[in-house]
Amino acid sequence: MAFKNYILVCGGAGCEANRGVDLYKTLQKELQEQGVENEAQVVKTGCFGFCEKGPIVKMLPDETFYVSVKPEDAKEIVAEHVVKGRPVARLLYDKTQSRTNAKLEDIDFYQKQVRIVLRNCGVIDPDSIDEYIARDGYDALAKVLTEMTQDQVIEELKKSGLRGRGGAGFLTWKKWMFTKQVASNEKYVICNADEGDPGAYMDRSTIEGDPHSILEAMTIAGRTVGASQGVIYIRAEYPLAIIRLENAIKQAKDYGLLGENILGTGFNFNIEIRLGAGAFVCGEETALIASTEGRRGMPIPRPPFPAVRGLWQKPTVINNVETYANIPMIVLRGGDWFAKIGTETSKGTKVFALTGKINNSGLIEVPMGTTLREIIYDIGGGIRGGKAFKAVQTGGPSGGVITSEYLDTPIDYEHLQKLGSIMGSGGMIVMDEDDCMVDVARFYQEFCVDESCGKCAPCRIGTRTIYNLLTGICQGRGTMDDLQKINEIGRAMQKAALCGLGQTAPNPVLSTMKYYEKEYLAHIKEKKCPSGKCRDLVTYYILPNKCIGCTVCARRCPVGAITGERQKIHTINQETCIKCGECLKACKFSAVFRR
Amino acid sequence: MLSLEIQFISLTTEIAEVLILNTTMEKPAADDKKLTPELKEFIRQWKPKPGNLIMVLHRVQEHFGYIPRNVAFEVADLLDVPLARVYGVVTFYHLFKLKKPGRFKIAVCMGTACYLKGGEDIIKELENILGVGLNAVTPDGEFSVEAVRCLGCCGLAPVLSVNGEVHGNVKKDQLAEIVAKYKGT
Repeated sequence: MAFKNYILVCGGAGCEANRGVDLYKTLQKELQEQGVENEAQVVKTGCFGFCEKGPIVKMLPDETFYVSVKPEDAKEIVAEHVVKGRPVARLLYDKTQSRTNAKLEDIDFYQKQVRIVLRNCGVIDPDSIDEYIARDGYDALAKVLTEMTQDQVIEELKKSGLRGRGGAGFLTWKKWMFTKQVASNEKYVICNADEGDPGAYMDRSTIEGDPHSILEAMTIAGRTVGASQGVIYIRAEYPLAIIRLENAIKQAKDYGLLGENILGTGFNFNIEIRLGAGAFVCGEETALIASTEGRRGMPIPRPPFPAVRGLWQKPTVINNVETYANIPMIVLRGGDWFAKIGTETSKGTKVFALTGKINNSGLIEVPMGTTLREIIYDIGGGIRGGKAFKAVQTGGPSGGVITSEYLDTPIDYEHLQKLGSIMGSGGMIVMDEDDCMVDVARFYQEFCVDESCGKCAPCRIGTRTIYNLLTGICQGRGTMDDLQKINEIGRAMQKAALCGLGQTAPNPVLSTMKYYEKEYLAHIKEKKCPSGKCRDLVTYYILPNKCIGCTVCARRCPVGAITGERQKIHTINQETCIKCGECLKACKFSAVFRR
Repeated sequence: MLSLEIQFISLTTEIAEVLILNTTMEKPAADDKKLTPELKEFIRQWKPKPGNLIMVLHRVQEHFGYIPRNVAFEVADLLDVPLARVYGVVTFYHLFKLKKPGRFKIAVCMGTACYLKGGEDIIKELENILGVGLNAVTPDGEFSVEAVRCLGCCGLAPVLSVNGEVHGNVKKDQLAEIVAKYKGT
């Protein structure tokens, strides 16, 4: 039955966590209570990307876009929009504008975005294979199975110039060709959905919003390289994505799009899910294979590459979620179409998780070659709270920082590498003047210490040593020698560590040392933390000429370190002060001061 | 000769790991957990599939909340793998626990976005409220706090989850209320 209205509710993990599940149920209840359940249908979709303003609701057919919707708003949406056909103005993104500015594409957040990977996210119900098929889903698979040879698929990928989106940017067609060329009775296709990079959630959202695109692409890969078994290795921390995948696999099997004799062509392909268990190193392909085999996820030296000897010693194609999500579109529209988007060396789009001190946090997809300035200011809406931009970190624990002078750099694999960072999987964390770069470097190093598998000495000992040195610097015990040591150890790790984790672990440190040397020097020579983040290096004072004795700071202090009578000047006892900064935030007379 | 040596080495590491297992896993007296018939059936289904160990451990932990010592023995037995393999895998992956967590597991996100927005302060405040440190259980067995790497809700930073239920944009002064919401329920 066709409905007059469709109410699309974001079913991404972020919005669901933000009372989105409640909202979905309340909308359904309201439709019934107001007697219009035959006029509108509530549909749960994938991530709209605008996580900052979640939960998101989009109305069809008029495409009104509501932001920050609470379950309490459901009644009004149904009464006004569904029954009377009037948008609820207070829930629009730009409340000052009238209806004309209500649609998704009118919002600045979406204007510079191009959606290929996320084409179905926020558009279809991820639990419905019919909706995926209605949007040309599984057409690419049908084309590959009935009209194209294996070499033609590889040729199309070659024309597209698609590179791996998991980090290193290896050409996808080469991986597929190498695997195809190896003669073997059994081959495997693996989807790497072990998105362990802190601050990145592109793959999770893609799977949650459009699981069938991954299944379709893996099946295409299976046909192309001659494999009959696929494995999706996914983080156990993503329960919603796992449920949607399981459901999608079942539906695809029921429709004859997966399993035996796919589309009557005699081609067999199965996909099973394997769960990770919280080990960042398992994103590295050889470690991922070890983990899929049920062992400790430790990497092994390459070559042989998985294309030659992978899962169960058989030739294996491993690609990341985002890489796969591009493939059905490339097959359908052709490699030439894809190659028109992007830069000379990096084709297509890239999905980024834009987070940190930015106004519009969320998931964005932009053509390669978009500048950081466009992403941060046009899409991201600038720095939160009017603070000054300091740096943007890409590539997580394997990447580096990019400073304000490079904001106009077009983003592609080569440019980011030249700046000492990497594309990585797509985490993009914006930092402002309050963030201390030494502390950020220490944070990433601590992560690498935790996640190092311990197999090779450069990584196991190197990460720990650098972490200890950085902690010393943050606590005011650093010397100039330490910087020299960090540099030497870091360079040695880049050359000597066994896998990508160890080789790139020093990147955040070396990159911050290069661009923010002054901050390191301030910590070491002056024993000061310019941004005030390193607690051991800051002191709080009360300026006697400004303090009016209002007692607010003394009442806010959690440890009772501030003394003083009403209307008399207060003082901070430095012995008991824990440097939490609450007094600075509480004082309305700018009498508290940090040094 | 060489292969014999290798065998010997791997044998001694196995023995060593089992010894460690005996000392670090919970004492049998406090741990009389046994595999349920459903779990046994699950293991039976997975046994023929290669690389089954991690999937089986996930299922076991889902049931008990951790990997009890006796159960680890049973799993090794049923899957026909050395106990050292089980122990090796359990200790390698952060998600698998050898100790019983609190009835309510509070996971504070320490991904980059949450860290920058004060995740560390959230942990400190929770430690204050609950009176126990990270990865320890409150004496009444109700709560345990752990730091996790990215729950994938960076738009809502800082984030924590209680038994999987996510709370976003958490402020320090809301924590007592969040804890109270679960306590005794």
